[in-house]
Order: sequence, then C-alpha cells, then structure tokens
Amino acid sequence: MEAFTTHTGRAVPLRRSNVDTDQIIPAHWLKKVTRDGFEDGLFEAWRKDPEFVLNRPERQGATVLVAGPDFGTGSSREHAVWALQNYGFQTVISARFADIFRGNSLKNGLLTVVLEQDVVDALWALTEADPTAEITVDLERRKVLAAGIDADFELDENARWRLLNGLDDISLTLQNEADIAAYETSRPAFKPRTITA
Amino acid sequence: MGRTLAEKVWDDHVVRRAEGEPDLLYIDLHLLHEVTSPQAFDGLRLSGRQVRRLDLTIATEDHNTPTIDIDKPIADPVSRAQLETLRKNCADFGVRLHPLGDVEQGVVHVVGPQLGLTQPGTTVVCGDSHTSTHGAFGALAFGIGTSQVEHVLATQTLPMARPKTMAITVEGELPEGVTAKDLILAIIARIGTGGGQGYVLEYRGPAIEKLSMEARMTICNMSIEAGARAGMIAPDETTFAYLKGRPHAPEGADWDAAVAYWKTLRTDDDAVFDAEVVIDGASLSPFVTWGTNPGQGAPLSAHVPDPASYEDASERLAAEKALEYMGLTAGQPLREINVDTVFVGSCTNGRIEDLRAVAQVIEGRKVADGVRMLVVPGSVRVALQAVEEGLDKVFKEAGAEWRHAGCSMCLGMNPDQLAPGERSASTSNRNFEGRQGKGGRTHLVSPQVAAATAVLGHLASPADLSDVATPAGV
Repeated sequence: MEAFTTHTGRAVPLRRSNVDTDQIIPAHWLKKVTRDGFEDGLFEAWRKDPEFVLNRPERQGATVLVAGPDFGTGSSREHAVWALQNYGFQTVISARFADIFRGNSLKNGLLTVVLEQDVVDALWALTEADPTAEITVDLERRKVLAAGIDADFELDENARWRLLNGLDDISLTLQNEADIAAYETSRPAFKPRTITA
Repeated sequence: MGRTLAEKVWDDHVVRRAEGEPDLLYIDLHLLHEVTSPQAFDGLRLSGRQVRRLDLTIATEDHNTPTIDIDKPIADPVSRAQLETLRKNCADFGVRLHPLGDVEQGVVHVVGPQLGLTQPGTTVVCGDSHTSTHGAFGALAFGIGTSQVEHVLATQTLPMARPKTMAITVEGELPEGVTAKDLILAIIARIGTGGGQGYVLEYRGPAIEKLSMEARMTICNMSIEAGARAGMIAPDETTFAYLKGRPHAPEGADWDAAVAYWKTLRTDDDAVFDAEVVIDGASLSPFVTWGTNPGQGAPLSAHVPDPASYEDASERLAAEKALEYMGLTAGQPLREINVDTVFVGSCTNGRIEDLRAVAQVIEGRKVADGVRMLVVPGSVRVALQAVEEGLDKVFKEAGAEWRHAGCSMCLGMNPDQLAPGERSASTSNRNFEGRQGKGGRTHLVSPQVAAATAVLGHLASPADLSDVATPAGV
C-alpha cells in the first residue's frame, strides 16, 4: 500500500447523500479482474450529464472529493475505491462513510476523512465560490486546512500508523502466525469444514 | 456483566488482543465468488502465498452467470473470462468450487446455509455485503472487500475493531399477510440507511422467534441496507432443526457438543446493548420502497411522500432527486404505480419458501398483459425442490419465466436487466439508481407483493386480488 502523509489539492463538491457504490462504479465494470482501469467507470451514469460537477472544466485535476453523508453505502465492491483512485482522487471527505467502504479505502491508501456536516458545508461553500481553492488533508496532524477552515479529524492510531508508513496488513498479521496456529489447535471438532482432509 | 450474542461470538474468535490494535479475529468460513476474488488471488501469487485453510474455504459462481441457455458458452466474453479466472484460481490453489452447471451452484448466501456450512457461533466472511444473511443462524457474518479477501485467504484471520451492538426488538405478532421482507423494509425506513453504521444488529423479540430460518435470513440479509455490517438472531430449536442432517452439519457426538455450545449463544439477561430500537410488529402492513435507497420506503397503502415534508435539507434533496429519477409525483398512491417487470429471486428472497409464497398467490392466475415476470431460484437445489413441488409449472402457466439459478436481475451483471425507464417490483435488496440496469427503476417488495403486482400490473398485495376473476375450478 502507498503511504499517505499529507495531501493538498483542489476539490470536487458532491452535494449528494447516500452515494452508494453502485453509483461510484456500476456493476458491469466489476467484470474486470485487475485493480486498475476503472477511472472511466467512476460515477458513470452521472457523468453522462455534461453539467455533472465532475465534468466541469474547473474541476479537472481535482484530487479531494467532498461528499454528502453516508458515502459508499451498499455493495462491498473494493472497485469503488480503485475507481476513485484511478480517477485521481487522493482523499474523500464526508460526514459519514459506510463501514465496508471505509475499511476498503484505508486498506488502499485512499484517506477517508470524517468531518462534521457544518465543516463539509463550509468546504462546499469555499470550493464552489473559488474552484481554485486548495484543501490540505494532513494525516500527521490529523487536520483539514483550507482558507478560513482548520478542522481536526479522528482516525484510530493503528490505522493512522499503517497509512503513514504504507504498511501491508497481511505481513503485519503474519508476524503473529504463532498465535494463529495456537488458536487453530483449540478449535472444537464440530466446526464445519468445506473439504475433508 | 453479561454479554450480548455478538460479543460472545466475537470473544470466542479472538486470536490476539493488544492495546491500541484491532482484535485479530479467526474466520471459520470463507465464501468466494467470481467478482471480488480475482485481484485477491493475484495478490497471493505476487507475494508467493498459499491459501491457509482450504478446508474452511468454498467458492461458487453466481453474479455473472446467465439464467438461460446455460448449456451454451457465455455470450459476454468479459463475464466468461471472469468465470474462467475463478475456475483457474480455484484449480491452482485447490479451492472447492461449485461452477455453473454443478448441482450445488447458486447464490453464495443460499449455498452456504443449504449445505449446512453456516452454523451458529461461527464467523463467516465473503467479498459480498449480503454476507450478513448468515447471521440468521447466530453466526457473526459480514461482507469484506477484496484486500480483506486476500487477507483471509492468506491468514484465515482479519484485524477488526470491535463493533458496537444494537438490539432491534420486534414486539407482538406480525399480522396475516405481513412478511419478513415487510418487517426489514420497515426497520430500515425507521433507522435509516446509516442507522446501523458501526453496529452489529441483533433482531429479537416474539415476532422474530416465530420466524422460519428462511424468513430470518431475509431479515439479516438486509442489515447492510441499514448500514450495519452484520445482523444476528440467536439460534434456537428452529435453527437446530434446519441444520440437522444437512451435508456439513455435525453428526453424532459432534452434533451433541455443537448443540450444547449453540444453546449458550444467547444474549445474557444483564447484557447491555449500545443502542436499542423497539418495533411494534402488530402495527405493520406490506411495505414497499418508492425511492432510490432502501430507507425510502412506506406502507403499500400510503402515498409517494412530498419532499417538502422533510425537515432535514439533505433528506429533502435526496427525496427530490429520488422522485425525479423514479418518475413519480408527490401524493401519488403507491398502489397506482404500474410496473413493467417483476423479479423474484436474489439472496434476499430466492429460497424455496419465497418461491412457494409466490406460487400460492399466482396459482391459477395470469401475469398481467405487458408485464414480464422472472422467477430466478437462489440455487440449483432450490430449483430442483421447486420442480419437485410443481412450482415451476405454476409459474409457467401464469406466464412467468422460470430461469436458472444466480444473482440475475438483482444487480444485472448478466443479461437480466431493466431497459432505461423500465420499472420493476423486485424481491431483491437494493433500489439504487441503475442497479437493475441503466435507467431502470426499482421498487423493493416481498415475494407476496411481487406476485400480486405481477397479476395486477401495479404495486399490490395479495389482499387486492380478491376482485380479480380466477379461472374456473381454482
């Protein structure tokens, strides 16, 4: 996983709540068997509208998505995270994320930042008034900074440490292989098995 | 202090607990399908890792599989390639696979329970958000992303933060004609699509205890639609009776030991939930969605809501957008909404009991002119059972299409899709924009409402059918 320390970029205001992962990346894109090449599928249905915020010239090259509450609901497809990253987003800000999407984002180095809705409103107002306005998401200090905005955000220390250092979860877990093996010897015999050894 | 059901199952699976770290949780059963696993197997190859526990892993094909002409090569080359990738991955790594054409093939969340692999007190994961279905057995079951699929394949564990617990107590008795689907849609409308976020839900109370296993699976299946990764129901005699004799259920002394353990899996009287919701089951009636998220629902007897009636600005905007997308007008009676398509199936309502319920309503009646009705069994076993009971004949005589097993129109990854502007009554779980096909409009309903809607051509419940003439002798 790529490390995330701090990022500064222009924003896209997405004034919608309950943006589900079917909207982020429609199901027909899920037939791909790679982790890349999903950028054209991002918000595919909405992008057919030339007025959709992502299509506007002033939003090209923006890297910070500021979305309404309950972003990433629905399907567990990690392709939603890959699509956002493939398109160029480095971080997503919302008042509330769906659990599975949040977990997926942090495993891929896409920083999802939870802020109060009034701060999200302020960020929307800022970027809509001035599309060139930059937003900084600083994971080291756990702060979101922009003109007139200085907001702290929470992220548990373990997730932050893994992101800051770009650590691989599987390698970390395998450091505790002895614990896993010990647990396995204590599992009851009645537990189900898919194949008999 | 006592513990909740979720806490008991959690505690029994903690491999490692350390201050400032998520718990490392052991996974008893890992279900795989073709869509969310290819990149995980690639990851294993890149790092030279193997599948740690092949005996706790099983795969099936469901999302892409066609429901007609399954004896012919799959027309869509991309779908075909994805299924072939799963077959190669399972062969290379030694994973048990039930491919298209196999008697155990079907929707992954139908297959696990019917094989008896889903058992009380187990941890079950799958790269699919509807893994919550398995919580109906008192399992802690949740959907995961592809990175986590790779993690479980390599380590049989997941680092997880301990969730909060929420009790959803359904008091009273569900009235005649009110189903598990109506109940869960009403619960989601009540707590919202984010209401369960961060929680494991435990459904309890007299109305829940009376439900069959299949109805319990319908309830737990849609926990994710309330934002909760997992939903659970305490195992009881209904659960044990369902499991007894299934291919992977324990036998002999193992069965006795298992049941003894399973009986301990109840929330202690003095346990404290982080949140509690009480629903009056007796007050419910058939429930349908009108909008583009599963929380936007109302009783069938109600009207399309007026967005102006919402105090919250974001909910108001969401309702406005939903009505625009759905092509509905505020104040329109829900019963007057005409549909083009009726879809019966999915991991929510594709089990034998659901098909029986549909057959009971539709027997001797006809699907309305201009309405297409698809009946897609959740698995090959469900299909075989339905044929044995003659249900397939009932569907065909009514004018419905009887298809092969798979996810089908729930998400339209195969050719079963809505055309732009088409409207469906669907027994599936998501009414998101474009979910069932680009521009398609979805109303989530119970199997009984789906059947009555097919006959009348507009959203309806079986009670509305009394004035429809049925052929002589029926």
